[in-house]
Amino acid sequence: MWRDSLRGIYYIALKDMRTYYLKPPSLSWGIVFPLAWILAFYLRNPRGFEELVPGLIAMTILFSTTAAEAVVINFELRLGSLERLLLAPISLPVVLLGKVLGGTIFGLMMTTVITIVSIVVLGLHPNFLYLILIIIPSLLVFSSLGSLLCVLVKEVFEAQTLLNLPRFIMIFLCGVVYPVSAMPTALQYLAYIMPLTYTVDGLRHSFSIASSTMVFTDTLVLIGFFILFIVPAIKLLYKKFE
Amino acid sequence: MKNVVDVKELTKRFGELVAVDHINFEVRKSEFFGFLGPNGAGKTTTIRILTGLSKPTEGRVSVLGLDINSRIVEAKRHIGVVPEISNLYDEFSAIDNLLFMAQLYGVPRTQRRKRAEGLLKTFGLYERKNNLFRTFSRGMKRALTIAAALIHNPEILFLDEPTVGLDVVAARSLRNLIGNLHQQGIAIFLTTHYLEEADLLCDRVAILVKGRIIKIDTPKALKAAAEEESVIEFSFGREISELIEDLSNKLPEVKIATVDHNKLRIYGGAPTEVYDSVFSFAKGKGIKIQSINSIKPTLEDAFIKITGLSPIVMAIEKGGK
Ligand SMILES: Nc1ncnc2c1ncn2[C@@H]1O[C@H](COP(=O)(O)OP(=O)(O)OP(=O)(O)O)[C@@H](O)[C@H]1O
Ligand SMILES: [Mg+2]
Repeated sequence: MWRDSLRGIYYIALKDMRTYYLKPPSLSWGIVFPLAWILAFYLRNPRGFEELVPGLIAMTILFSTTAAEAVVINFELRLGSLERLLLAPISLPVVLLGKVLGGTIFGLMMTTVITIVSIVVLGLHPNFLYLILIIIPSLLVFSSLGSLLCVLVKEVFEAQTLLNLPRFIMIFLCGVVYPVSAMPTALQYLAYIMPLTYTVDGLRHSFSIASSTMVFTDTLVLIGFFILFIVPAIKLLYKKFE
Repeated sequence: MKNVVDVKELTKRFGELVAVDHINFEVRKSEFFGFLGPNGAGKTTTIRILTGLSKPTEGRVSVLGLDINSRIVEAKRHIGVVPEISNLYDEFSAIDNLLFMAQLYGVPRTQRRKRAEGLLKTFGLYERKNNLFRTFSRGMKRALTIAAALIHNPEILFLDEPTVGLDVVAARSLRNLIGNLHQQGIAIFLTTHYLEEADLLCDRVAILVKGRIIKIDTPKALKAAAEEESVIEFSFGREISELIEDLSNKLPEVKIATVDHNKLRIYGGAPTEVYDSVFSFAKGKGIKIQSINSIKPTLEDAFIKITGLSPIVMAIEKGGK
C-alpha cells in the first residue's frame, strides 16, 4: 500500500515537471518575476542589499511553487486527465500530494538557484541547516496553498486570479520588503497569520539578520500551515468526485 | 470468486435526479457483459461508480470480490478502464503515455517498455509510437486509450461507448480487437447505445432505460422474445410520420415505430389484419405503398418490444465526442 502510494506521488510529480513546470511560462513566472522585483529594489538602494536576500528567496518560494498550480489541477480536472490518474490503484490524497510535490520540487530547483547565486555574489555565510529547515516546509506550504485555492474554484483563470491575491498581500505584509516589526501593530497581527512571515523570519535567522522567533518555531508553524491547507484541499477534491 | 462484478440495489442521485435507480446485476468471470441504453440512461454514471470515480448513493457494489467503498484501491490494481473521452496526455507520445500508465500501475521497471511496445503492436500503432497523442486521429486515440487500460494486465476491462464517433471501418477493427481481448479470457463490461455492437460482442446484455434495468438476457434470448410476434415493415410513397397517430387508432393492439421518414414497422398483431388495416388506411389517405417486408427480428426489434422506445431514440447518433 505505502509503496504504491509513494510511487504514485513520485511519478505524478515527475510527470507534472515534464509536462508543465519545465516549460517557459512556469520558468519565467517562477524565477523572472522575483528577479525583476528585486532588481528594482537593488537599483534604488544598492547598499544593504544583503537585507533583502531573505525576502528574495521567500518570494521565489512563493512564486515558483504556485507557478503552474492552476494548470496542473484545474486544467486537468477539465480535460479529465485528473480522472485518469484516479483510475490507477492510488487514492485521491496521493494524487493531490503528487501535484503538491511537483510544485515543491520545481520550487526547490528555482529556490536553490536563487539562493546559491545570492550567496556567491554577495559572499554570504548562512546556516545551511536552518535554510533547509525553512525552505522545505515553506515550499510545501505554498504548494498546498496553491492546490487549496485551485480546488476551491472551477476554472483555470479563476484559480489564477485567486492565487494572485495572497501572493501580493503576502509580499507587502510579511517582511519581504519592510520588516514586520516596522509596520503598524494592526498590520503586524495580520502578518502573523500569514505563512510567508515565518518563511522570511526563518530565512533572516539563517542569514544572521535580526529576526523575532527561533528557527524551529518557524519550522513548526510552517508545518502547521501545511496541514491547515492540505487537509481541506483533499476534502474539497473528494467532493468533486462524489 | 464467481462474479467479477456484483451490484445490489445500486442507486445514484444527483440532487433530485435519480440517474441510476436500484439496479441489480452481476458480471461473471470472463463474461462479456453489455450495458445497452439511450443517451442519459445512466451508463456512464454506473461505470464511474464501478471504477471508483463516483460514490453510490445507495446499494452495495463489489468488483473482483472487493467492496468498492472500502477496498477500491486494491480492486483498481486489476481493473482496466476506457473512459467515454480519450483522456491521455496530449503532450506525450504514444509510448510515453503507456510508460507513464505502467509507472502509475506499478508494472515492474524491466517489463514496462516490453509491455508498452507489445500493446502498440497489437493495436497497430507501433509505427506511430513516437508521435504525440494530440496528433492522433480519433480512432487511433481510442485504440491507444484501450491499450493504456491494458498495460497492467487487468482481469476486467470497462469500456464506455468505445466506438462512438468512429467511422464504420475503425469501429469494426476496434470491435475485433475488443472481441480478441475477450477470447483471451478477460471479462469485459461495455456500455453502448449501438444495438448491433451489443448483439455482436456480448454474452449478456442489460437494457437500461432512465436509470432502471428493464431486462437482462443473452442477445439470442432477447431476439427470441421479439420473434414471438410478427414484424412487418411498410414503405410508403411519401412522408408518413404525421399520420402515425391515425394508424395507431385503427390498430390499437400493435406497436408502430417509424424507421425512416417514409418507413414504419409494425410489431405484433395478426398479420392479415395488419395488412388489411394498412392497405385501407393508405388508400383512404391516397398514399402509395412501395414495399412490404416481413422482417426477421433484430436485437433492435427486441429492444423496441421490451422498452417501448422508438428506434429513433437509439438511432440519433451523438456524432462522437
Ligand atoms: N455530475 C453530474 N451531476 C448531475 N447530473 C449528472 C451528473 N452526471 C450525470 N448526470 C445525469 O445523470 C443522468 C445519466 O447520465 P449518464 O452520463 O450516466 O448517461 P449515459 O447513459 O452515459 O448517457 P450517454 O449515452 O449520453 O453517455 C443524466 O440525466 C445526466 O444528466
Ligand atoms: Mg455516457
